[in-house]
Amino acid sequence: MEHSLFPRDMFAELDRLQRQMQQAFEFSPSIRGFARGGFPALNVAGTADSAEIYAFAPGLDPQSIHVQLERGVLSISGVRTNGLPAPDTGASVHLQERFAGRFHRVVTLSDDLDPDQVRANYRDGVLHISIGRKESAKPRRINVN
Amino acid sequence: MTDDKTPAQPALLPPVDVIEDAGGITLYADMPGVSRERLSVHVDGDTLVIEGDMGLEIPQDLQATHVEVSLPRYRRVFALSKELDAQRLSAELKQGVLKLRLQKAEQAKSRRIEIKVN
Repeated sequence: MEHSLFPRDMFAELDRLQRQMQQAFEFSPSIRGFARGGFPALNVAGTADSAEIYAFAPGLDPQSIHVQLERGVLSISGVRTNGLPAPDTGASVHLQERFAGRFHRVVTLSDDLDPDQVRANYRDGVLHISIGRKESAKPRRINVN
Repeated sequence: MTDDKTPAQPALLPPVDVIEDAGGITLYADMPGVSRERLSVHVDGDTLVIEGDMGLEIPQDLQATHVEVSLPRYRRVFALSKELDAQRLSAELKQGVLKLRLQKAEQAKSRRIEIKVN
């Protein structure tokens, strides 16, 4: 285990430790990274009939969110402004933790999804994308005669 | 309102922006998934508590494959300073972003202090 150049910086050490832990436990990350902590935060889940993606992207105009599905790769992109005052207004910013700027996140999904069966809904700042599975990919019971 | 005797459930810490101008403080908090009915903002003494529960539509027999948001609620507590007038607090929730405005009490607004030069 190598050490950082300036070992006195505790926060850098913690950050490095966290990344090492992540690498140790996520044994096969996707080539696109799927890094945690990006904006919007993503939860991905599936049922027998569909894939369900929840993107936690508050404060956006639904018309401005670009969602694209191409060959099993879903991408969500857009711009978020935080409405902070211009520096010359005399207001002071005490905390600034919310994300602002361009965002782009990509999720690799399974290849049994049907691009014609996509529903996207934006409510209370959560973008919910539901993609149906192809009929041919669904498990079916085979009758035995 | 929550009862102080019940232990607080684990909750996410919503990211916030806090901006102060001459008239007061504006706070923005990201609480995606929280609707107006599930949001609670209250002042207890000089403590401001922001809480909210997510109301996501989740299909049955859902199997999660990647989870970044792992808890269904948010909670964050701030200590208020005396010059803020907790009675004049306004809150607005839009697409998962809470905007709070806290006014300063009249006597606490900053005045320019005259400096006498003899």
